[in-house]
Amino acid sequence: MPGPTTPAPLNPDGSRRTFMKQAGGFLGLALAPPFLSQAERLTALSKKVEGVSTISLKVNGTVRAIRAEPRVTLLDALREYLDLTGSKKGCDHGQCGACTVLVDGRRVNSCLTLAVMSQGKEITTIEGLAKEGGELHPMQAAFLKHDGFQCGYCTPGQIMSAVACVQEGHAGSEAEVREWMSGNLCRCSAYPNITAAILEAKGQMG
Amino acid sequence: METNQKENAPTNVVGKPLDRVDGPAKVTGAARYSAEISVPGTVHGVLKTSTIAKGRITGIDTSRAAKEPGILNIFTHENLPKPAKTPKQIEKWRAAQSYLPMQDNQIQYAGQPVALVVATTLEAATQAAALIRVTYQAETPIDSYHDPKAELFDPQKIQQGKKDGHVVRGNPQQAYNGAAVKHEATYVHAINHHSPMEPAATLAVWEGADKLTVYEASQNVTMHQGNLAELLGMPREQIRVVTKYIGGGFGCKGSFWPHTILTVLAARAVNRPVKLALTRQQMFTGVGHREDQEQTLKMGATAEGKLVSIVHTKKATTSPWDNYTESNGKVMDMLYACENYSTVYELARANVMTSVWMRAPGEAPGSFALESSMDDLANQLNLDPLEIRLRNYADYDHSNGKPWSSKSLKQCYTRGAELFGWSKRNPKPGQTRRGKLLVGHGMASATYPVHSSQGTARVRLFADGHAVVEAGATDLGTGTYTVMTQVSADALGLPPEKIRFELGDTRLPTAPGSGGSVAAGTVASSIMAAAEDVWDKVVKMAVADKKSPLYKAKPTDVKVELGRMFLSKDPKKGETLLAALGRSGQPDIEGSGTGKYGAGYEEKNFGQNGANQNDDKQKPGGHSMHSFGAHFCEVEVDPDLGTIRVTRWVGVHGAGTVLNLKTATSQMTGGAIYGIGAALMEDTFRDPNFARYTNADLAGYHVPVNADIPNIQVEFVPETDPYINYLGVKGIGELGMVGVAAAVANAVFNATGRRLRSLPMTPDKVLEALRLPA
Repeated sequence: MPGPTTPAPLNPDGSRRTFMKQAGGFLGLALAPPFLSQAERLTALSKKVEGVSTISLKVNGTVRAIRAEPRVTLLDALREYLDLTGSKKGCDHGQCGACTVLVDGRRVNSCLTLAVMSQGKEITTIEGLAKEGGELHPMQAAFLKHDGFQCGYCTPGQIMSAVACVQEGHAGSEAEVREWMSGNLCRCSAYPNITAAILEAKGQMG
Repeated sequence: METNQKENAPTNVVGKPLDRVDGPAKVTGAARYSAEISVPGTVHGVLKTSTIAKGRITGIDTSRAAKEPGILNIFTHENLPKPAKTPKQIEKWRAAQSYLPMQDNQIQYAGQPVALVVATTLEAATQAAALIRVTYQAETPIDSYHDPKAELFDPQKIQQGKKDGHVVRGNPQQAYNGAAVKHEATYVHAINHHSPMEPAATLAVWEGADKLTVYEASQNVTMHQGNLAELLGMPREQIRVVTKYIGGGFGCKGSFWPHTILTVLAARAVNRPVKLALTRQQMFTGVGHREDQEQTLKMGATAEGKLVSIVHTKKATTSPWDNYTESNGKVMDMLYACENYSTVYELARANVMTSVWMRAPGEAPGSFALESSMDDLANQLNLDPLEIRLRNYADYDHSNGKPWSSKSLKQCYTRGAELFGWSKRNPKPGQTRRGKLLVGHGMASATYPVHSSQGTARVRLFADGHAVVEAGATDLGTGTYTVMTQVSADALGLPPEKIRFELGDTRLPTAPGSGGSVAAGTVASSIMAAAEDVWDKVVKMAVADKKSPLYKAKPTDVKVELGRMFLSKDPKKGETLLAALGRSGQPDIEGSGTGKYGAGYEEKNFGQNGANQNDDKQKPGGHSMHSFGAHFCEVEVDPDLGTIRVTRWVGVHGAGTVLNLKTATSQMTGGAIYGIGAALMEDTFRDPNFARYTNADLAGYHVPVNADIPNIQVEFVPETDPYINYLGVKGIGELGMVGVAAAVANAVFNATGRRLRSLPMTPDKVLEALRLPA
């Protein structure tokens, strides 16, 4: 059974400062002098993060707290703890891109990211892309128009990746889009339509 | 009422490139797939699988695993409750694999489930599964048909006894021996895995001891319900299987696999809803695969290039229990005009799970052999690859002597060649360069049968002008939601946004699953039959209603098109279904019907006048029913690196009525890319010593990514077919993949002068071929 837990302070604004305090454990370890033995470093790590604690995640502009162990990935936190099932689990190993979300504006594989490390960051998932009231984001609308999907399972990851691809300035040409979207697998193989959708949405994203 | 539909019905919305009706849910993340259904109290199941491929379990130590927080139970063969029957004891077992693991201590394949952990969190269940220590008494496994220990045998029948392992027509060997031109070659196909993006998943929810709901990633909810009823010894109606969204399947989710029943048994034992999704690694040993195989094809032709004989044999790996192998021969039996044909299947048992149908089962690898050999013959005879195909064009189906219900292959060749610029191709191999790259152009034919199928649907038309239409089909991403909305809209004369089409639930009328390309044609026909039932009822109301322009008309004189009833002889005299229904005071009216697809439809509407076909799925009918198409491909081959890039693709197909040009084009595009994957990169490698896959994940098993794929140009030629179903629809799920690997191989031959006969055509094989003289 898990040891006694110290609930992390609930952090309604999800500010970076609180995150830094919690991350201090990790950061300290990384900077620890070499005379600390590996065992001591690991002991320190396990003490710091063992057991169920409160993890605050700012998802789509709202801070929500979950009670979960530190080994919970951001993807599982979204899907299993917050019931935000738009982010998909295709491989759980960062090989398929179906779990792609934006963290502080960067696309990341949420299956390779721990929830506990994502505190204090702005997490955007597919559920947070459309405007309130339901107006689709230009990328969502373009995927719909160009039929950039069939089964739809890779689609949230494709769209999140596509939004970042444009924002990164990697949507300059068809070839560039193809290259920078190759971390997102689509087994139905809607690739030509995905590429067309991105090139169109690019002009409308401002 | 005119039910004997000789011509395809008029359409308004059908055929239009409507955006997917399920699209908004998919692009916003609102669409919930099976593992995402929220049921209070759900706990998590995780499988532990065997690390050896053959032997027996000598001990399972769960002591460390049990210490994880929140463990509810750890099931092994020693404590998992037994099903009422095992698959072997079920006469009508509807699945490729008949073996159920965790019934005893025997291990028959690597990756076989040996334990199932149920815990309150996914993390605890996953960790506990890792902490279980299983000890084995291992034996030396057999890895494939080419293992020296393997014994090839003649299965007589394949696919659970459903198909003949020998098919002979005419005198193929004698004809081959006497042929002016001979060609013989052996083609190898690697193991392929379907690899849908959504892993297989089961969420089992018991309500008491005799009521079960299963949210399953299923291509066929009726099949899952039927098999569960047999395994559990429960009446079908007590089991509900639901699949509202499914993240691809390509065949693997159209069969029944162990994880489903294991999860259901575990859920009953822990008395909680249990959710279990296979890991990506387990997807390689949990839901079948396309089997490793080789085909030897002998073709004899006249000096003019007319085929006189096709002699085909196939060797493949199968499991210790089942005789599943794809029937590669059927495409060779019917694609060309040839009087003499034979195919023989030989199988070898190995320590692998049973393989299963994968997109275009049989047709995909079969067409690779056939269409590569045709290309060789063309080269041997100095004929254009298109010309040799035209010289062997089959004006009727030589496998059974029947005329085609429709065939537009010549139009596909012509239009494809035009779009591609085929006439500019240099027929001499190895002559065209783009910088240092070798450039080649190749083509191949595609075909897929119209399998006989039937299903039911329910239509409820509301007086306020909307309708709910239901059929227990599935939408794999194939567009079922969308195209059936379009079909319903035209059947009732409503705009598509006034239709709600429901699918994916055994509580709905029974429909076929998505497989064998039957869903679109069958469900569309079922909806039309149900709509006819509504028409009948409303027409009866109208002819009895003084306010109707059809008052006192004979119902048989009234026709219905696009939601409007009118006199056949005086079409101006009539009114809409809604107008009559509105006056009746009834809030709604309901109809149901059975629709048929393929031979059954023809038999019902045109009578029996043909010979029996060599296929149990095909009932007697007058016509042979197939879709056809042609692929044209350009490749660039790097002579230093051995890499092949597909740089251009044109596919032109004749597939009857296209229900939605946008979704159909996407499906054919996806089919071509799926085929390019098999041609160039897909290869699951089974270690010959341990019979374990060495690359069982998406980093090791390569599927095409965006950067691998050029723009794919797809067109349909107009085609009307009154014999196959109400709307003249031919399925397109498989067609787009047939012939693709051959088109690529033929382009590589044109580029390099080297013939690659082993898939996938990876750089090592290309470089080896280039080292040898052309």
